[in-house]
Amino acid sequence: MAVTDMTKLTLGPITYHWSAEDRRDFYARIADEAPVDEVYLGEVICSKRAPFHEPDLPDTIARLERAGKTVILSSLAEVMLKREGKATVDLAAMDAPEIEINNAAGLYARGDRPHRIGPFMNAYNEATIAWMARQGASHVCLPAELPGEAIAVAAKAARDLGLDVEVQVFGRASLAVSARCYHARSHGRTKDNCQFVCEDDADGMPLCTTDKWAILRVNGIQTQSESYVNLLPEMPQLVSVGVTHMRLMPQTVDMVAVAQVFRDALDRKSDSGDAEKALKDICGDVAFSNGFYHGQAGYRRIALATAT
Amino acid sequence: MSIAELICPAGTPAALRTAVDAGADAVYCGFQDATNARNFPGLNFTPDELAEAVVYAHAKGTKVLLALNTYPPAGKVDLWRQAADTGARLGIDAFIVADMGVADYFAQTHPQVRLHLSVQAAASSPEAIRYYCERFGVKRVVLPRILTIPEIKQVRKEIPCEIESFIFGNHGLMVEGRCSLTNYLTGQSTNMDGVCSPASDVEYKRHADGTMSSQLAGFTIDCFGLDEKAGYPTICKGRYTAPHRADAYYAFEEPVSLNLSRLLPELIDAGVHAFKIEGRQRSKSYVRGVVRAFRQAVDDIRAGRPADMANLVALTEGQKQTQGAFETKKWR
Repeated sequence: MAVTDMTKLTLGPITYHWSAEDRRDFYARIADEAPVDEVYLGEVICSKRAPFHEPDLPDTIARLERAGKTVILSSLAEVMLKREGKATVDLAAMDAPEIEINNAAGLYARGDRPHRIGPFMNAYNEATIAWMARQGASHVCLPAELPGEAIAVAAKAARDLGLDVEVQVFGRASLAVSARCYHARSHGRTKDNCQFVCEDDADGMPLCTTDKWAILRVNGIQTQSESYVNLLPEMPQLVSVGVTHMRLMPQTVDMVAVAQVFRDALDRKSDSGDAEKALKDICGDVAFSNGFYHGQAGYRRIALATAT
Repeated sequence: MSIAELICPAGTPAALRTAVDAGADAVYCGFQDATNARNFPGLNFTPDELAEAVVYAHAKGTKVLLALNTYPPAGKVDLWRQAADTGARLGIDAFIVADMGVADYFAQTHPQVRLHLSVQAAASSPEAIRYYCERFGVKRVVLPRILTIPEIKQVRKEIPCEIESFIFGNHGLMVEGRCSLTNYLTGQSTNMDGVCSPASDVEYKRHADGTMSSQLAGFTIDCFGLDEKAGYPTICKGRYTAPHRADAYYAFEEPVSLNLSRLLPELIDAGVHAFKIEGRQRSKSYVRGVVRAFRQAVDDIRAGRPADMANLVALTEGQKQTQGAFETKKWR
């Protein structure tokens, strides 16, 4: 079996405040049609949103598992309020499904029981990964800004320790989180009085410079890249250095079609030019980026000199 | 009552001596490389300079803290380990760390040294703080600038270590250690390179109508009218437009600086053990003025005298002030 056959395609957690109905429809379609192996669920960004969609979680989990997907529950990236601490402790107490931890509060609650390390956990290097492995981590998702040469070293170290390694290959990059809600602020409100205005921006709220360059997206307390990360051309390198899981972040485009493009690329059913064109057709005018991977400004799109 | 130590910035050997002489209980500094989060040109210490600085500070009863608070990218961890070894050899009083691999290296290799958890680790809950205390023996946490004083008081009750709080200087908006904004626009990373809105990428442009724009790596971060003073283009202090905000607005925060001088008594009452003054990039005269004023204020409070805060307000060189998240949840 070729190495690529073992590479798993994953769907990251929805970072936006999509309505419960939209989420149900989205995951029903993912279950039925999307060629992804694993799906991360749960509210990662804002604890105020969780009550809207958490009641559906058991049904969504069952639906996805019936379709043969592995489900993982992701924990909040930021824990500062009592209810956020409790949500994290409750998640850390679960035996199934698997959990992905995004905050040290979750590591504390989980102890040495098995868990995945999320992208907010800052697993930047082999020493940190070795530490995490000793504490029970079975899988690590690397930070979005880690350059390719560091990914290679980190992936080898993780594989040698028996850990799976995940890298985001599609969707907006998380650039920052804060205690302040910038969605609420843009409407003259505070986080406690936000009235859930973030629900109006299903793909984030664009911020433009005064000379009209769209550069960032606001998603509640999170700031994301305007561009979609697209590592289609880099995936063969990622596979060759030992990355086992490729993460697609949900955006408001046809994610089933996106998953098919990445699946075909992994299975070498498409050539790189066709895959790139197909993704462009699905995503429309949005800019793609891979600067972080190449150790350059994250927004940049670097052409691969050796693309085959 | 907490001891209310005054922790002061030392960007250069000269600034270190200035802060020590002005009454700092401890100074914090870093090496001239990516191992600390103020990796700016012209700042920081060579190992020889740090050795001399430790001797100078210790002779006057001042502690020296070393910031090793960035995240080594895979393949480069040796630089952080060498810095740890050098610091331990020089008799550094405490190391300020964020990365778990770096913290583990200390715990394994230099178990005798004292560890402080950097704000870069973003530990904002009792559970997260306890994780670092129990696993790495951390003795003090530098709290993110996102909690109200009642929340700090509650956290203090639930953790086994001391709390250090920023009280003055730059007002960090994002959860530190989780911000890649600079890397997104410039290709230099705050977490891995210790760089935030680097001066080498900054440009000010005067336009025909007399207005001025400040740019970072070619991106306009803010635009200033004839009656406005142009500010430094820090991404999270810039003005942007949104679909429903056609006039550019401060999407994250206005260019204000943190000043908690009026809240010092409440912070002491909440159990904050140490007060941190930000500004390793600031001048010697700034350091002298700020450290002296806070030394006086803290001594007055500890002696039960009313502190003269007017001095501290005057120090901010006309910049707008905020008490940030500390005063009210409405900041969020």
